[in-house]
Amino acid sequence: MSEEQIKSTRAEETRSLEEQFEARIARDEKIEPKDWMPEKYRQTHIRQISQHAHSEIVGMLPEGNWITRAPSLRRKVALLAKVQDEAGHGLYLYSACETLGISRDELYEQLHSGKAKYSSIFNYPTVTWADMGAIGWLVDGAAIINQVPLCSTSFGPYARAMVRVCKEESFHQRQGYEIMLKLCNGAPEQKEMAQDALNRWWWPSLMMFGPTDAESTHTEQSMKWKLKRKTNDELRQQFIDQTVPQADILGLTIPDPDLKWNEERQSYDFGEIDWDEFWQVVKGHGPMNKARMKARVGAWERGEWVRDAAMAHAEKQQERKEKEAV
Amino acid sequence: MSNKKNWPLWEVFVRSKNGLEHRHFGSLHAADAEMALENARDVYTRRNEGVSIWVVESKHITASNPEHNGELFEPAQDKVYRHPTFYDLPDEVKHM
Repeated sequence: MSEEQIKSTRAEETRSLEEQFEARIARDEKIEPKDWMPEKYRQTHIRQISQHAHSEIVGMLPEGNWITRAPSLRRKVALLAKVQDEAGHGLYLYSACETLGISRDELYEQLHSGKAKYSSIFNYPTVTWADMGAIGWLVDGAAIINQVPLCSTSFGPYARAMVRVCKEESFHQRQGYEIMLKLCNGAPEQKEMAQDALNRWWWPSLMMFGPTDAESTHTEQSMKWKLKRKTNDELRQQFIDQTVPQADILGLTIPDPDLKWNEERQSYDFGEIDWDEFWQVVKGHGPMNKARMKARVGAWERGEWVRDAAMAHAEKQQERKEKEAV
Repeated sequence: MSNKKNWPLWEVFVRSKNGLEHRHFGSLHAADAEMALENARDVYTRRNEGVSIWVVESKHITASNPEHNGELFEPAQDKVYRHPTFYDLPDEVKHM
C-alpha cells in the first residue's frame, strides 16, 4: 500500500469509529473513560466539567463571607454545611474530569492563570445577609435547572457526579428560600433588605443560563452528546415561570417592568437582558473577578507548605515501615 | 518552596449498609492511606451514605481494556447452556 492509501484507510477507520461512537450515544449508551472517543468529545468534556468544578470551588467564596456573621446558630450550621457541600461537589467533578487524562494540577493551573472560566454569577458581591437567601433561592435554583438534565448526560463519570450533586442541592435552595421568607415576614427594614437582594441577583441569575440560543455557539454539538437536553432560552423560561410565583409568596417584586403573564404561551414574557453586562463580567470586568481570584490563589499558595509537609510525612512513614520490615 | 510532589490519587469504595457490598464511589487525592480515609469520609459520606470505607491507591488497580472486550467477553455469549432456560422441561414440573 502506498502512503496515500494508508492515510486514507486511517481516515476511514476514524470516521467509522466516530459513527459507531455517535450511534452509541444516540442509543443512550454511556461512554466510560477508557472507551475510544473523538478528541473533540474529550476536550469539550474537559472544558465543561472543569468549568463546572471551578464554579463550585469559587462559589464557596461569596458565601464564606457570611459564615462568621450568620445571624443565628441555625443559619450558621446550614451555611457551613452548604459551603462544605460545594467543596464536595467541586471534588466529585474534578475527579470525573481527571478520568479524561488531565491532572488536578493542570486543572488548578488553568483556573489560577485565568485560562479556565467559572460561572460569572460568583463575580458579584454579597453585601448583606439577605444575599445568602437570594443566592440559595435564585442561584442554586438556576443551578438545579441547569444540572438536572446532566444526570443523564453521555459521559458516565460526569452523569454519576451530577446525580450526587443534584441530590444534595435541593437543601441549598430550600435553606435560601427560608432565609428570604423569614426576612419578608420580619420588620419593614428586613423585607426591604430581601427586596434589595432580589433586585441585585435577579438579572445575573437569568444570565446563568448563558447567551440566547441565537448567540450560543456550542448548542448543536452539546445536544448531540447530551451535555444539553434543552436550550439556554428554554431553561431560562423554565426558571422564570417557576420563580415568579415563589416571589409572589414572599410578597416581593421581580425587578422587571416588562414581566407579564402570557395567557397564550402559558408562560411569562420578560424584559431584555443586559448582555453587555454579561460579556463584561465573563471577560473579567465584573465587580469581584479580581477579588475572587486573589482569594482563591492566595488560599492555594498559603496552603502549599501544608501539602508539602503532608507528603513529606507520608514518605517518611513509608520509609520507616520499609526499614522495620527488613 | 514546593518540591512539586502531588498527592497521589485514591479510589474510594463505600459499603452503604451491612449486607451490601462495597461500591465504587469516586476518587480523591491524599498524601497517605489514613488521610485518604479521612477525606473520603468528608467527601463521600456527609449524609450517612456509608458504614465502611475502603481506599486503594489508583495505581494499584489493573483494568481491562475496552478495546479487548471482544476476546474477553464474547466467548460467554454462545454458551446459552449456562442458563436455566436452555433446558426443556414439561410444564407439570413445578418449582425447578
